[in-house]
Amino acid sequence: MFILFESLDRDNRGCLSPDDFEALGGLAMNPIGGRIMEAFFSSGQDTVDFSSFVRILAHFRPTDRNRNKEGAQQELPSSRTRKLKFAFQLYDMDRDGKISREELLQVLRAMLGLQVTEEQLQSIAERAIQEADLDKDDAISFDEFKKSLEKTDIDTKMSVSFLK
Amino acid sequence: MPSGTVSHGASGRLRGLFLVMVLVFLEGSVFTVAVASSDQHSPTTAHSGGHKATDHGSHNNTGKAFPVLDLNYENVRVPFEISLWVLLASLMKLGFHLVPHLSNIVPESCLLIVVGLLVGGIIRGTGETVPPVMDSKLFFYILLPPIILDAGYFLPIRPFMENLGTILIFAVVGTLWNAFFVGGLLYGVCQIGTETSSILSRIGLLQCLLFGSIISAVDPVAVLAVFEEIHINELLHILVFGESLLNDAVTVVLYHLFEEFSGIGSVTLLKGFLGVISFFVVALGGVLVGVLYGILAAFTSRFTSHTRVIEPLFVFLYSYMAYLSAEIFHLSGIMALIACGAVMRPYVEANISHKSHTTIKYFLKMWSSVSETLIFIFLGVATVAGPHDWNWTFVTVTVILCLVARVIGVVGLTFIINKFRIVKLTTKDQFIIAYGGLRGAIAFSLGFLLKKEHFPEREIFLTAIITVIFFTVFVQGMTIKPLVELLAVKKKQEAKRSINEEIHTQFLDHLLTGIEDICGHYGHHHWKDKLNRFNKKYVKKCLIAGERSKEPQLIAFYHKMEMKQAIQLVESGGGIKMPSAVPSTVSMQNIQPRPPTKPAPERAIPQLSKNKEEEIRKILRTNLQRTRQRLRSYNRHTLVADPYEDGLSDLFLKKQKMFQIEKKPASNKVPMIQVDLASPQSPDSVNLLDEFGQANQQEEEEQGLMMKPPSRPREAKKPSEEDEAKDPQKLMRCLSDPGPSADEDEDGAFLP
Repeated sequence: MFILFESLDRDNRGCLSPDDFEALGGLAMNPIGGRIMEAFFSSGQDTVDFSSFVRILAHFRPTDRNRNKEGAQQELPSSRTRKLKFAFQLYDMDRDGKISREELLQVLRAMLGLQVTEEQLQSIAERAIQEADLDKDDAISFDEFKKSLEKTDIDTKMSVSFLK
Repeated sequence: MPSGTVSHGASGRLRGLFLVMVLVFLEGSVFTVAVASSDQHSPTTAHSGGHKATDHGSHNNTGKAFPVLDLNYENVRVPFEISLWVLLASLMKLGFHLVPHLSNIVPESCLLIVVGLLVGGIIRGTGETVPPVMDSKLFFYILLPPIILDAGYFLPIRPFMENLGTILIFAVVGTLWNAFFVGGLLYGVCQIGTETSSILSRIGLLQCLLFGSIISAVDPVAVLAVFEEIHINELLHILVFGESLLNDAVTVVLYHLFEEFSGIGSVTLLKGFLGVISFFVVALGGVLVGVLYGILAAFTSRFTSHTRVIEPLFVFLYSYMAYLSAEIFHLSGIMALIACGAVMRPYVEANISHKSHTTIKYFLKMWSSVSETLIFIFLGVATVAGPHDWNWTFVTVTVILCLVARVIGVVGLTFIINKFRIVKLTTKDQFIIAYGGLRGAIAFSLGFLLKKEHFPEREIFLTAIITVIFFTVFVQGMTIKPLVELLAVKKKQEAKRSINEEIHTQFLDHLLTGIEDICGHYGHHHWKDKLNRFNKKYVKKCLIAGERSKEPQLIAFYHKMEMKQAIQLVESGGGIKMPSAVPSTVSMQNIQPRPPTKPAPERAIPQLSKNKEEEIRKILRTNLQRTRQRLRSYNRHTLVADPYEDGLSDLFLKKQKMFQIEKKPASNKVPMIQVDLASPQSPDSVNLLDEFGQANQQEEEEQGLMMKPPSRPREAKKPSEEDEAKDPQKLMRCLSDPGPSADEDEDGAFLP
């Protein structure tokens, strides 16, 4: 994976900066490309060194089902909970531990772009929060997020086989 | 239990009555004495053995009395018998569900075969020769296409595409392995010397290989019939089912290849090589033909907004033409059909009306259900008909070899496949896949097609095929359900998708695409994203009419969910209580200032004051009156709009309006609602309905069933309302766009 890191690091400084990410055209077209980038740059730094790069990408390793029995599963970065936590953090930009309606609206706006009217976005966000929000605090906490996705096979969805 | 026996007795009586009818009419032709009819009674065939041909030539019986009651069976014989068979099939289906415990223990396919055996036995017992009902032409051109179309149209695309690699490997490599293994070993066994082998040793290698290729194909009809009842999880279902569909290409190629070789008698390397090429041609050609017809159908459906009544017909016709066109060139008709259905579905459903969508669904389910029933019954009848040539060695060896080959094939292939899969296939999965390899009527029909000149051992083959089919359907079919329970295989998850899942799934899709971009790894998601972009940019514009072409999937899904919920509320509440949807929308608006009482699906209807209830009732009464006025005389070309659907559109608009009002309280909408949050049902809202009433009345004469957007009479309004006006149009069209997974629970209602 170091090869990959090096190929991204265009100015060979040993760490990645936002321009390196932006050079990837695909990411620019991605509606949530900005958020993905920000996920790599943790806690205000503006460079990503190799270890944090790997740490983030480790979230996307395929989960090994057989390890479930050993009980050490919670510690693995590629476990289901950790994957979900990563996704949750992408929603929750202000890191208050909840997805508020505004944050949800932002995501929806980014994904659906200009094709939808504002009211429709509002209705969707409204409905989504209603469905998921169990403690009625008008926001989706991590547990509620996890619960609403319990039927989806996250392990498969959030795995890139390349990263084994 | 008493009710069970009574109903059983009822169905038994029905059956008896029906049989008597059959026999009466079979012999009825004997009694066709044309007193004064000038019909020519030609000698009938097998049905009426012993019937005297009464030949009246050109007698003009002017002297005789005018026949008041005349018996003329000949004219209606063929349609009559067809109807009788179909009626028998349908009555059987009814009967099975009247008997309470039977359908739990024995899968329907087994029961139907038994019924076929009985009917065949009865016909033979009465001395008539059994009609050769399992005619290959009938099977391949009439009975099989509806089932395959039904499967293809409702194919869950997402899991299918995700597992396409696995499915292809199982279908192609697995079937090849099965064919050669069974054929080769069978040949070896035939050559080994025993007393009976003198017959067997005449069977050449090519014949054995052909036999192997016929018997090795997993049958989609049988798989569907059995797997539908056991409700296993989606992955296994799609693996086995997808395999059974895709192996048709392999079967077609192998069959024609070996038939050619057997006929000509010379095998050359060149021919073998051509065989491999022809496989690709058959498979890809079939898919191409299907896609072509699918696109044609989608394009046609774009223009059907004025003739809604014949929309379903286009779907059926184009699909059938795809099948037939593929068959002309000896391409894989099944793959063409699947491709056509899968390709045309998203676009057609965006274009057609809700009613047409329901029609298509119902017709497909109905035809495929009847077809399936008939196939199994005919299988039973054909078993009785023979001709049979029972050869112990051959048959038993075939059965054993089929089982062994399947197990080895599945295990071996899974070992290789698991290296490439993210979600590995466990031993349990492998067992179910191997055990689910049922053979069925396709194998029998292919065997039936064999010509006697090239295959003197045709009867041996047929007997063996039937035995294998019986074995797999009865033994494997009956035991798979308890085995699934025993092994605690994951079952199908019945729940509907929530809007959250949709949002998050899309979000994750984007996320994964981004990560794949970072890794530089062009995986699964990357290509899917590219396809989606291409689809949105070019294809949708061509194939979807009007506004819908720009609508993102999430919105469509959301609208559909809201519609469904509204419909449910209406249905559960009945007519008067229709406003129960409305006050809950009120509660939705009030959520922001104060916390809601319950989450959305179990919305508690807040207590309204007496005044508001009265207003609601008044509005509702006026609305209902108006819808009654709208119903006019029915003629075939003008279906009247469903009053419920109009009511729903009103509901929706009101909801949208309320949203609107909340956001922009200052905007000036004079003829429309002047609503304040406290009392959404002000008298002004009645005007809203008035508008709709008149608009709809004017337009109904000309348009037929058309969900006309009420935007027409509102041309003079401010542009800010144009958006909302378009919403109902979108909403109504949305009714016809279920999306593959959202349909799962509805499909459950149609399963036997």
